Amino acid sequence: MILLELLIGFLKVGCFAYGGAYAAIPLIRDIVLSYGWLDEEMLTYMIAVSESTPGPIMVNLATYVGSSQAGLAGALTATLAVVLPSFIIILLVTAMLKTVLKNQYVQAVLRGLKPGMIGIILATGIAMICRNGIVTEETVRLRPLFLTITLGAVYFGSRKIRKGGLSPIQLICLAAAAGIAVYGL
Amino acid sequence: MNLLADLFLTFARIGLFTFGGGYAMIALIENACVANKQWITHDEMMDITVIAESTPGPIAINCATYVGYMRKGFAGALAATAGIVLPSFVIIYAISIFLDDFLAITAIAHAFQGIKIAVGILILDAAVKMLKKMPQKTMPRIIMAAAAAAMLAINIFSLRISSIVVMLAAGLVSLILYLTKKGGQAK
Repeated sequence: MILLELLIGFLKVGCFAYGGAYAAIPLIRDIVLSYGWLDEEMLTYMIAVSESTPGPIMVNLATYVGSSQAGLAGALTATLAVVLPSFIIILLVTAMLKTVLKNQYVQAVLRGLKPGMIGIILATGIAMICRNGIVTEETVRLRPLFLTITLGAVYFGSRKIRKGGLSPIQLICLAAAAGIAVYGL
Repeated sequence: MNLLADLFLTFARIGLFTFGGGYAMIALIENACVANKQWITHDEMMDITVIAESTPGPIAINCATYVGYMRKGFAGALAATAGIVLPSFVIIYAISIFLDDFLAITAIAHAFQGIKIAVGILILDAAVKMLKKMPQKTMPRIIMAAAAAAMLAINIFSLRISSIVVMLAAGLVSLILYLTKKGGQAK
C-alpha cells in the first residue's frame, strides 16, 4: 500500500539524514528512485523547486513526493514521516539523553558517520553532474556540457569577485535563463 | 498572547521566510528566540546547534522542537515543530498540483534543462564546503574517500545498495578502529 510505503521510505530518510540540507538528497534520491516514485529528471527539478521555496529541502521534497504519489493524504504521510524521527530524538536528547551524545562510543560512531555522509554527498553531486550535464545515454552532448562549464565557472568565479558569491537561488535563476537561451534560440 | 500560539506563529514566520533551509535558518531562529523573545539563552542555542549536528533531521526542525519543549513541554514542542513545517507544506503542496502543467510549457522546460545542471553544481558545492570543515586528519579523509568511491560505484553500476548501508559501514569502521586503538593502549 502506497501510504505505508511512503511512511516507511520517509521514516528512513528522517532517521539517517545527518548534516544539514544537502545531506538528505542522496538518501531521498536513493529511496525515491528505488521505489520508482519519481524519475531522476523530475527529482532534480523538485530539488531546484525546494531550494527556491522556503523551508527545509528535506520537508519540501517529502511533501512533493507524497503529493505526487497519493494526493493530500500522501503529502501529509510523507511530511510527518520525515519530521517524526528528529522530533522524537530531540525530545529524548533534551529529556534525558544529553549524556549519551558525549559517550565515547557514540562519539566514535559519529566520527565515522560524518565523513561517510560527506563522501556520499560528494559522489552524488559528481554522479548528477555527469548524468545531467556531460554524458547522456552514453553520448556526450554539447549543450548540457556548455551549460555545465559556463554555470560552474560563473558560480565558483563569482566568489573571487564578491565575498560569498552567488546565492543558490541566484544560480538557479541564472541557470533557468541560460537554459531558455541555449535550448530555445 | 497564549504561549503555544506564540510558539506556533513565531516558528511559522521563520519557516515562511527562510530559503535554502539548514544553516540559513539558524540566524533567524537565534534572532527570534534569543534576542527577540528571550525564550532560550545564547549558550543554549549553541548547545542545540551541536545536538542538531549530531542527530538526524533538518537543523531548523531540531531547533524548533527543542525551543518548544524547553518553554512548554511536549505541547510546546508540537506547536513549534508544526509551525516551522506548515508554510513549506502548504507552498509545496500547491506547487505539486500545478507542476506537470507548468513543465509542459516549452520555455519552462528549457529553463529546467539549465536548472537541473545548477542543482548538480549546488550539491557538489555543499559537499566541498563540508569537506573544508571536516577535521583534517587521515582517518576522516580515508572514510570520506571510501564512502565516495562506494557511492560512485553504486551509481555507475546501478547497484541496489542503499546509501544507508554505506553510512552505517562508515560508523561501524570508525567504532571498530576506536575499540582496537583503545584495546591496544590498555595492554
